[in-house]
Amino acid sequence: MLTIDQATYDAIVAHARRDHPDEACGIVAGPEGSDRPARFVPMLNAARSPTFYEFDSADLLQLYKELDANDEEPVVVYHSHTATEAYPSRTDISYASEPNAHYVLVSTRSEGETEFRSYRIVDGVVTEEPVEVVASYA
Amino acid sequence: MAIEVKIPTILRTYTDGAKAVDGAGETLSALIDNLDGSHPGLKGRLITDEGSLHRFVNVYVNDEDVRFTGSLETTLKDGDSVTILPAVAGGSR
Repeated sequence: MLTIDQATYDAIVAHARRDHPDEACGIVAGPEGSDRPARFVPMLNAARSPTFYEFDSADLLQLYKELDANDEEPVVVYHSHTATEAYPSRTDISYASEPNAHYVLVSTRSEGETEFRSYRIVDGVVTEEPVEVVASYA
Repeated sequence: MAIEVKIPTILRTYTDGAKAVDGAGETLSALIDNLDGSHPGLKGRLITDEGSLHRFVNVYVNDEDVRFTGSLETTLKDGDSVTILPAVAGGSR
């Protein structure tokens, strides 16, 4: 299960809406081993595409240096699908390489409601998990 | 000739959990061969059957993405630092 606070949840959805119709992407970092998404880090989609996203390679290196210095890890890796459902595509699965991360997919295909779903992707196997939104972490 | 290589979480199964290992080589290609000797299997996760760098990984030498410095032919010298990171990418297709 992914437990995430309301403010971070809202920030992910707002980022996805803002970048629509291009895909939005980013991570939420948390202390290593905590499984707690604490620090929202929106990233630039270097592909600027409605069907593909990619962290810029220099941004990626900078991000991991920061995480390393803070003893953090990517607890959530999120991106949006702007015309299809919030389910990992074959491309998403082939790139997924953080075994401890919750892969969050947001779909902005409907203007009225936003789909927000979370998955584990390990060795190419996708497992959907429930999402619990809390006011704040206890 | 020692080159420090930072290993991402996903590949630490090959390094007994170590976040960084030492290797040797005058090019990135030679370094990866050297690493594969001490950590068998690592090479297959970095290089495709066709012999090029996998698109799922980013490799940096002293913070420079090797895609811009000659890829596997990038030359290395003693004291260089190599960082391997999984590319973060995907899409709806």
